[in-house]
Amino acid sequence: MSNFRAIVAGHGTFAEGMLSAVEQITGRSDLFLGLTNRDLSAQGVEALMRDRLAATGATVIFTDLPAGSCTMAARRIQRELPATAVVTGVNLATLLDFAFHAEAGDAEAVEHAADKGRAALVVTGGKRGA
Amino acid sequence: MALELYRIDDRLIHGQVVVGWGQPLDLRFIVLVDDEVAASDWEQELYRMGVPPDMDVYFEAVDTAASNIEKYQNDERRGLLLTGDIGTMTRLVDATDGAIRHVNVGGIHHRPGRTQRLRYVFLAPDEETQLRELAARGLEVTAQDVPAAKPVPLDELLAGVGA
Repeated sequence: MSNFRAIVAGHGTFAEGMLSAVEQITGRSDLFLGLTNRDLSAQGVEALMRDRLAATGATVIFTDLPAGSCTMAARRIQRELPATAVVTGVNLATLLDFAFHAEAGDAEAVEHAADKGRAALVVTGGKRGA
Repeated sequence: MALELYRIDDRLIHGQVVVGWGQPLDLRFIVLVDDEVAASDWEQELYRMGVPPDMDVYFEAVDTAASNIEKYQNDERRGLLLTGDIGTMTRLVDATDGAIRHVNVGGIHHRPGRTQRLRYVFLAPDEETQLRELAARGLEVTAQDVPAAKPVPLDELLAGVGA
Protein backbone atom coordinates (compact mmCIF):
# COMPACT_ATOMS: atom_id res chain seq x y z
CA MET A 1 0.00 0.00 0.00
CA SER A 2 1.22 3.52 -0.83
CA ASN A 3 1.64 6.55 1.43
CA PHE A 4 -1.21 8.33 -0.32
CA ARG A 5 -3.81 9.47 2.18
CA ALA A 6 -6.25 11.31 -0.01
CA ILE A 7 -7.51 11.75 -3.56
CA VAL A 8 -7.79 15.29 -4.96
CA ALA A 9 -10.31 15.37 -7.78
CA GLY A 10 -11.54 18.17 -9.98
CA HIS A 11 -12.05 19.80 -13.33
CA GLY A 12 -9.28 20.25 -15.89
CA THR A 13 -5.85 20.50 -14.28
CA PHE A 14 -7.24 21.62 -10.92
CA ALA A 15 -5.74 18.67 -9.01
CA GLU A 16 -2.43 18.86 -10.85
CA GLY A 17 -2.10 22.54 -10.01
CA MET A 18 -3.09 22.08 -6.38
CA LEU A 19 -0.66 19.22 -5.89
CA SER A 20 2.11 21.19 -7.55
CA ALA A 21 1.50 24.01 -5.08
CA VAL A 22 1.41 21.61 -2.11
CA GLU A 23 4.72 20.12 -3.16
CA GLN A 24 6.29 23.55 -3.63
CA ILE A 25 5.28 24.63 -0.14
CA THR A 26 5.66 21.41 1.85
CA GLY A 27 8.02 19.35 -0.24
CA ARG A 28 5.55 16.48 -0.03
CA SER A 29 4.26 14.73 -3.10
CA ASP A 30 3.40 11.45 -1.41
CA LEU A 31 0.14 12.32 0.34
CA PHE A 32 -2.27 13.22 -2.42
CA LEU A 33 -3.12 11.51 -5.67
CA GLY A 34 -4.74 13.73 -8.29
CA LEU A 35 -7.62 12.92 -10.59
CA THR A 36 -9.29 14.86 -13.40
CA ASN A 37 -12.78 14.36 -14.77
CA ARG A 38 -11.74 15.68 -18.17
CA ASP A 39 -13.35 13.82 -21.06
CA LEU A 40 -14.91 11.21 -18.78
CA SER A 41 -18.54 10.25 -18.33
CA ALA A 42 -20.03 10.14 -14.85
CA GLN A 43 -19.46 6.40 -14.79
CA GLY A 44 -15.91 6.93 -16.01
CA VAL A 45 -15.12 9.38 -13.21
CA GLU A 46 -16.54 7.01 -10.62
CA ALA A 47 -14.63 4.01 -11.99
CA LEU A 48 -11.36 5.94 -12.02
CA MET A 49 -11.96 7.19 -8.47
CA ARG A 50 -12.70 3.67 -7.26
CA ASP A 51 -9.49 2.43 -8.86
CA ARG A 52 -7.45 5.18 -7.22
CA LEU A 53 -8.98 4.53 -3.81
CA ALA A 54 -8.38 0.81 -4.09
CA ALA A 55 -4.81 1.30 -5.27
CA THR A 56 -3.89 3.74 -2.52
CA GLY A 57 -6.06 2.74 0.42
CA ALA A 58 -6.98 6.41 0.82
CA THR A 59 -10.14 7.18 2.79
CA VAL A 60 -10.41 10.89 2.04
CA ILE A 61 -11.56 12.55 -1.20
CA PHE A 62 -11.15 16.28 -1.76
CA THR A 63 -13.17 17.74 -4.65
CA ASP A 64 -13.34 21.17 -6.22
CA LEU A 65 -17.03 21.93 -6.76
CA PRO A 66 -20.14 20.78 -4.88
CA ALA A 67 -22.05 20.31 -8.14
CA GLY A 68 -19.17 18.71 -10.00
CA SER A 69 -19.08 15.20 -11.38
CA CYS A 70 -16.13 14.36 -9.11
CA THR A 71 -18.27 15.20 -6.09
CA MET A 72 -21.15 13.16 -7.45
CA ALA A 73 -18.82 10.20 -8.00
CA ALA A 74 -17.34 10.57 -4.53
CA ARG A 75 -20.77 10.59 -2.91
CA ARG A 76 -21.81 7.49 -4.82
CA ILE A 77 -18.72 5.74 -3.55
CA GLN A 78 -19.36 7.06 -0.05
CA ARG A 79 -22.72 5.34 -0.04
CA GLU A 80 -20.92 1.99 -0.22
CA LEU A 81 -17.91 3.07 1.82
CA PRO A 82 -19.35 5.34 4.53
CA ALA A 83 -15.99 5.63 6.28
CA THR A 84 -14.75 7.61 3.28
CA ALA A 85 -14.71 11.36 3.96
CA VAL A 86 -15.67 13.70 1.12
CA VAL A 87 -14.66 17.36 1.33
CA THR A 88 -16.01 19.67 -1.37
CA GLY A 89 -14.86 23.13 -2.34
CA VAL A 90 -11.26 22.36 -1.45
CA ASN A 91 -8.64 25.11 -1.59
CA LEU A 92 -4.89 25.19 -1.12
CA ALA A 93 -5.12 26.09 2.57
CA THR A 94 -7.21 22.96 3.15
CA LEU A 95 -4.69 20.67 1.50
CA LEU A 96 -1.73 22.27 3.24
CA ASP A 97 -3.34 21.83 6.63
CA PHE A 98 -4.18 18.23 5.86
CA ALA A 99 -0.57 17.68 4.80
CA PHE A 100 0.76 19.12 8.04
CA HIS A 101 -1.65 17.02 10.11
CA ALA A 102 -1.31 13.89 8.03
CA GLU A 103 0.06 11.90 10.91
CA ALA A 104 -3.14 12.45 12.88
CA GLY A 105 -6.10 10.23 12.14
CA ASP A 106 -7.88 11.00 8.90
CA ALA A 107 -11.12 12.09 10.56
CA GLU A 108 -9.37 14.60 12.81
CA ALA A 109 -7.13 15.85 10.02
CA VAL A 110 -10.08 16.35 7.68
CA GLU A 111 -12.07 18.41 10.17
CA HIS A 112 -9.05 20.53 11.00
CA ALA A 113 -8.21 21.06 7.34
CA ALA A 114 -11.78 22.01 6.43
CA ASP A 115 -11.80 24.62 9.19
CA LYS A 116 -8.54 26.09 7.89
CA GLY A 117 -9.87 26.16 4.36
CA ARG A 118 -13.00 28.04 5.36
CA ALA A 119 -10.98 30.54 7.37
CA ALA A 120 -8.61 31.16 4.46
CA LEU A 121 -11.32 32.63 2.27
CA VAL A 122 -11.09 36.32 3.13
CA VAL A 123 -12.13 39.44 1.23
CA THR A 124 -10.25 42.68 1.69
CA GLY A 125 -10.67 46.01 -0.06
CA GLY A 126 -13.00 46.49 -2.97
CA LYS A 127 -15.98 48.83 -2.86
CA ARG A 128 -17.11 47.65 0.56
CA GLY A 129 -13.71 48.40 2.03
CA ALA A 130 -13.43 51.78 0.33
CA MET B 1 -39.98 30.27 -23.16
CA ALA B 2 -38.78 29.65 -19.64
CA LEU B 3 -36.84 26.58 -20.70
CA GLU B 4 -33.72 28.06 -22.22
CA LEU B 5 -31.98 24.82 -23.13
CA TYR B 6 -32.90 21.20 -23.80
CA ARG B 7 -29.63 19.43 -23.12
CA ILE B 8 -28.36 15.88 -23.50
CA ASP B 9 -25.53 15.30 -21.04
CA ASP B 10 -24.55 11.95 -19.61
CA ARG B 11 -23.18 13.58 -16.46
CA LEU B 12 -26.62 15.09 -15.82
CA ILE B 13 -26.18 17.71 -13.08
CA HIS B 14 -22.53 18.78 -12.88
CA GLY B 15 -20.31 21.84 -12.98
CA GLN B 16 -20.87 22.81 -16.62
CA VAL B 17 -24.63 22.72 -16.15
CA VAL B 18 -24.98 24.35 -12.74
CA VAL B 19 -22.22 26.93 -13.05
CA GLY B 20 -21.17 27.02 -16.73
CA TRP B 21 -24.72 27.51 -18.04
CA GLY B 22 -26.46 28.33 -14.78
CA GLN B 23 -24.72 31.61 -14.07
CA PRO B 24 -24.74 33.30 -17.51
CA LEU B 25 -28.32 32.24 -18.19
CA ASP B 26 -29.40 33.01 -14.61
CA LEU B 27 -31.01 29.60 -14.40
CA ARG B 28 -33.33 29.11 -11.44
CA PHE B 29 -34.48 25.58 -12.11
CA ILE B 30 -33.45 22.34 -13.74
CA VAL B 31 -35.84 19.68 -14.99
CA LEU B 32 -33.97 16.39 -14.86
CA VAL B 33 -35.76 13.83 -17.03
CA ASP B 34 -34.65 10.30 -16.30
CA ASP B 35 -36.88 7.34 -15.49
CA GLU B 36 -34.32 5.76 -13.18
CA VAL B 37 -33.55 8.90 -11.20
CA ALA B 38 -37.25 9.75 -10.96
CA ALA B 39 -37.80 6.42 -9.22
CA SER B 40 -34.95 6.78 -6.72
CA ASP B 41 -35.08 9.04 -3.68
CA TRP B 42 -31.39 8.50 -3.08
CA GLU B 43 -30.40 9.58 -6.60
CA GLN B 44 -32.58 12.66 -6.28
CA GLU B 45 -30.98 13.60 -2.98
CA LEU B 46 -27.54 13.18 -4.55
CA TYR B 47 -28.35 15.61 -7.34
CA ARG B 48 -30.09 18.07 -5.03
CA MET B 49 -26.95 18.30 -2.94
CA GLY B 50 -25.08 19.53 -6.01
CA VAL B 51 -27.10 22.62 -6.75
CA PRO B 52 -27.10 25.97 -4.95
CA PRO B 53 -30.04 26.76 -2.65
CA ASP B 54 -31.51 29.31 -5.07
CA MET B 55 -31.88 26.72 -7.83
CA ASP B 56 -34.73 24.18 -7.84
CA VAL B 57 -34.46 20.70 -9.34
CA TYR B 58 -37.52 18.84 -10.56
CA PHE B 59 -37.24 15.13 -11.26
CA GLU B 60 -39.44 13.69 -13.94
CA ALA B 61 -39.88 10.44 -15.79
CA VAL B 62 -40.42 10.84 -19.53
CA ASP B 63 -44.19 10.49 -19.25
CA THR B 64 -44.58 12.97 -16.39
CA ALA B 65 -42.17 15.40 -18.06
CA ALA B 66 -44.34 15.33 -21.16
CA SER B 67 -47.43 16.05 -19.06
CA ASN B 68 -45.74 18.94 -17.28
CA ILE B 69 -43.68 20.50 -20.06
CA GLU B 70 -46.11 23.32 -20.73
CA LYS B 71 -45.98 24.28 -17.07
CA TYR B 72 -42.17 24.43 -17.19
CA GLN B 73 -42.17 26.34 -20.47
CA ASN B 74 -44.48 28.94 -18.96
CA ASP B 75 -42.58 29.28 -15.71
CA GLU B 76 -41.58 32.87 -14.92
CA ARG B 77 -38.06 31.71 -14.07
CA ARG B 78 -35.40 30.54 -16.47
CA GLY B 79 -34.76 26.82 -16.56
CA LEU B 80 -32.90 24.03 -18.29
CA LEU B 81 -34.20 20.59 -19.19
CA LEU B 82 -31.72 17.77 -19.01
CA THR B 83 -31.60 14.16 -20.17
CA GLY B 84 -28.73 11.73 -19.82
CA ASP B 85 -28.95 10.19 -23.28
CA ILE B 86 -30.27 10.71 -26.77
CA GLY B 87 -32.89 7.99 -26.43
CA THR B 88 -34.56 9.74 -23.49
CA MET B 89 -34.60 13.08 -25.31
CA THR B 90 -36.07 11.39 -28.39
CA ARG B 91 -38.82 9.79 -26.30
CA LEU B 92 -39.59 13.16 -24.75
CA VAL B 93 -39.71 14.86 -28.15
CA ASP B 94 -42.07 12.10 -29.32
CA ALA B 95 -44.30 12.59 -26.29
CA THR B 96 -44.50 16.38 -26.41
CA ASP B 97 -45.69 16.88 -29.96
CA GLY B 98 -43.66 19.82 -31.18
CA ALA B 99 -43.05 21.50 -27.83
CA ILE B 100 -39.28 21.03 -28.14
CA ARG B 101 -37.62 22.79 -31.08
CA HIS B 102 -33.95 22.83 -30.14
CA VAL B 103 -31.69 20.14 -28.71
CA ASN B 104 -28.25 20.80 -27.27
CA VAL B 105 -25.79 17.89 -27.30
CA GLY B 106 -23.73 18.83 -24.28
CA GLY B 107 -21.73 15.76 -23.36
CA ILE B 108 -21.81 12.13 -24.43
CA HIS B 109 -18.63 10.40 -23.45
CA HIS B 110 -16.69 7.39 -24.59
CA ARG B 111 -17.92 3.85 -24.24
CA PRO B 112 -17.39 0.78 -26.42
CA GLY B 113 -19.17 1.05 -29.78
CA ARG B 114 -19.08 4.84 -29.88
CA THR B 115 -16.96 6.93 -32.25
CA GLN B 116 -15.51 10.27 -31.24
CA ARG B 117 -17.10 13.22 -33.03
CA LEU B 118 -15.97 16.05 -30.80
CA ARG B 119 -13.82 16.21 -27.69
CA TYR B 120 -16.95 15.78 -25.60
CA VAL B 121 -19.20 13.84 -27.96
CA PHE B 122 -18.90 10.16 -28.82
CA LEU B 123 -21.73 8.53 -30.76
CA ALA B 124 -22.82 5.01 -31.64
CA PRO B 125 -24.42 4.48 -35.07
CA ASP B 126 -27.93 4.18 -33.62
CA GLU B 127 -27.44 7.42 -31.69
CA GLU B 128 -26.38 9.21 -34.87
CA THR B 129 -29.51 7.91 -36.54
CA GLN B 130 -31.67 9.24 -33.69
CA LEU B 131 -30.09 12.69 -33.96
CA ARG B 132 -30.60 12.73 -37.73
CA GLU B 133 -34.24 11.79 -37.21
CA LEU B 134 -34.71 14.65 -34.76
CA ALA B 135 -33.24 17.06 -37.29
CA ALA B 136 -35.39 15.61 -40.08
CA ARG B 137 -38.44 16.46 -37.97
CA GLY B 138 -37.41 20.10 -37.93
CA LEU B 139 -35.57 20.34 -34.62
CA GLU B 140 -32.36 22.33 -34.50
CA VAL B 141 -29.69 19.98 -33.16
CA THR B 142 -26.34 21.46 -32.17
CA ALA B 143 -23.44 20.42 -29.98
CA GLN B 144 -22.08 22.89 -27.45
CA ASP B 145 -20.54 22.05 -24.11
CA VAL B 146 -20.33 25.54 -22.59
CA PRO B 147 -21.86 28.92 -23.50
CA ALA B 148 -18.55 30.39 -24.63
CA ALA B 149 -18.07 27.65 -27.23
CA LYS B 150 -19.40 27.91 -30.77
CA PRO B 151 -22.48 25.74 -31.40
CA VAL B 152 -21.63 22.93 -33.81
CA PRO B 153 -24.43 22.11 -36.28
CA LEU B 154 -25.42 18.46 -36.59
CA ASP B 155 -23.85 18.01 -40.04
CA GLU B 156 -20.51 19.25 -38.74
CA LEU B 157 -20.87 17.16 -35.61
CA LEU B 158 -21.43 13.96 -37.56
CA ALA B 159 -18.57 14.80 -39.90
CA GLY B 160 -16.29 15.11 -36.87
CA VAL B 161 -13.16 13.25 -35.83
CA GLY B 162 -14.35 9.74 -36.47
CA ALA B 163 -15.91 10.28 -39.90
